[in-house]
Amino acid sequence: MRIELVKRPQRSALFSVLSPFIAFALTIVAGGIMFALLGVNPFSAFEIYFVEPISQLWQLHELAIKAAPLILIAVGLSVCYKANIWNIGAEGQFVFGAIFGSIIPVMFPGFEGPLVLPLMLLLGMLGGALYASIPALLKTRFSTNEILTSLMLVYVAQLFLDWMVRGPWRDPQGHGFPQTIQFGDWAVLPQLMPDDGRANWGFVFALVAAVAIWLMMSRMLKGFEVRVLGSSPRAGRFAGFGFNKMVFFCFLLSGALAGLAGISEVSGAIGQLQPVISPGYGFTAIIVAFLGRLNPLGIVAAGLVLALTYLGGEAVQSALGISDKVARVFQGMLLFFVLGCDTLIHYRIRLIGLALTKPNGAAKLDAAPKLEEAR
Amino acid sequence: MDITINILLTIATAATPLLIAAIGELVVERSGVLNLGVEGMMIMGAVGGFGAGYLTGSPWIGLLAAIVVGALFSLLFAVMTLSLATNQVATGLSLTLLGLGLSGMIGTSFVGQPGVRLPNLDIPVLTDIPVVGKLIFGQDPVFYISIALTAAVMWFLFKTRTGLTLRSIGDSHTSAHALGIKVIRYRYLAVIFGGACAGLAGGHLSLVYTPQWVENMSAGRGWIALALVVFASWRPWRVLAGAYIFGAVWIGQLHAQAFGIPVPSQFLSSLPYLATVVVLVLISRNKRLTMMNTPASLGQPFVPDR
Repeated sequence: MRIELVKRPQRSALFSVLSPFIAFALTIVAGGIMFALLGVNPFSAFEIYFVEPISQLWQLHELAIKAAPLILIAVGLSVCYKANIWNIGAEGQFVFGAIFGSIIPVMFPGFEGPLVLPLMLLLGMLGGALYASIPALLKTRFSTNEILTSLMLVYVAQLFLDWMVRGPWRDPQGHGFPQTIQFGDWAVLPQLMPDDGRANWGFVFALVAAVAIWLMMSRMLKGFEVRVLGSSPRAGRFAGFGFNKMVFFCFLLSGALAGLAGISEVSGAIGQLQPVISPGYGFTAIIVAFLGRLNPLGIVAAGLVLALTYLGGEAVQSALGISDKVARVFQGMLLFFVLGCDTLIHYRIRLIGLALTKPNGAAKLDAAPKLEEAR
Repeated sequence: MDITINILLTIATAATPLLIAAIGELVVERSGVLNLGVEGMMIMGAVGGFGAGYLTGSPWIGLLAAIVVGALFSLLFAVMTLSLATNQVATGLSLTLLGLGLSGMIGTSFVGQPGVRLPNLDIPVLTDIPVVGKLIFGQDPVFYISIALTAAVMWFLFKTRTGLTLRSIGDSHTSAHALGIKVIRYRYLAVIFGGACAGLAGGHLSLVYTPQWVENMSAGRGWIALALVVFASWRPWRVLAGAYIFGAVWIGQLHAQAFGIPVPSQFLSSLPYLATVVVLVLISRNKRLTMMNTPASLGQPFVPDR
């Protein structure tokens, strides 16, 4: 059997809408097979995975808490990927945002007032942007591959955070636990509806960022610049768009958003710094960006779906005793299927040799033109 | 003297998985395909190798399983990027993410279990030769495979016709296709070879380096292997040199931690990653060298027209 791609005359509008849904359906099928292999009834597993975690109001709040960092990071990454710039170190920028933003509540716990939180958020964005500027600088100055440098810096950032909370920033009254002091009241991101659940302002930031980036990409010159440079750097050069400037713009923007996500997570959901502050949001956001077809509004929907995979993973772990790594497997499969289905937008897929039992190359060459004529 | 020998031995053990994974990826990239899934294939090889070794009690079956698992996992990437012409960067990333998740799930029951270790070579008389005996005749079997593999790839790429064809595909798939070369078939084989190598490298981690299963035990080595290929400007013998330099950095920071030098251990642990960044910068500064050696159609999808 052989797969053959036939280029469509123009991109298929139908499949560009349908592809995320087909991908999701395929993930469900593959996931069902996986559950069956693990010896669990797939239908009850899916109910536990996808339905139960969002059947009550407070659970929707948990969904928003998980979705907020994913959406914030992914909208930033979508701009990078549109411009064909590959920042895959958002996890590290998330961590540095969290560290920078925590400077105020950890080092100046006496500083109180309504100014604390805005300053923390700004510092968080600054931290993420600064950390993202390293791969940008290396790429523009030395044309070093940004994929590898941004990824390597993730490991460095995680180790740095580990040192901070075990060393200089450790809570002296923390019974030796590797964590900072609890943030003061002014340094905690307020909850949106404290009566119903824990969701905090981070989710609002995510929605605002998504709309803002959507406006930028679809209504402003900057968005046009991103798209032109991404699809044809040469055309971009003729139009006078600077590639190096674009590299910095993309990295600083996505780094700042990842940093904002980091400080929002620490200040909102956790309340202090600890050695691990993210279940891989920076990497999952890559999946969110692609599942949302690199469109900020699609990313909001995709972020909610991926947030659900985290909650579902926790749910099957407690209900069925399956490792919560199942969430990562779902996320990975989803990205695979999304990328595969995106092929349908530009190509028709034809399977050759499935029904025909002529493995002979010459026969195929003969048959192909006839098929074309018949159509 | 003994300490020096021991350090050299541990450096070789640390360098071996880097070398094998990087040599595999080098062949893949020479064919014009960029597979960023090395880390994922490696960790899958590690869990597959550990599992098979643990269940059968034979480290050799474990090693074989690691190779097969790595190759099968890379097939997923091959179907996506070669048959469905998906974006290679994104697909490679998803291979890594999927591999990290899948290995964690499969390995849940292996955590804390005692593993099996491949025995070191032990030839009477030869291994007992003072000083060099252990270095040349007393290492683990995968070490010898890694050296043989490097030599074989060097010979294959630069001394055989098939190797020349493979390189020509990497430089211009359209020209190669016009000459009647089966571009997609060559690339499939290259990607699967790369996967088998990454799997073997993972198997070395869980069957020799630390014979146990720890989640995420590849710890970024797959990414360092990718960086090594760039650092080596796509030349096998430079990959060998690079892998040993990185092995030395890796072991050096471990020894420094053990000696208790007054630097936080986290800083020492981050040295291999920082060294990767520094090395990448140094090599990419030299634009002519990189331009000359980078396979020209690296990372570009290819859809044959009829």
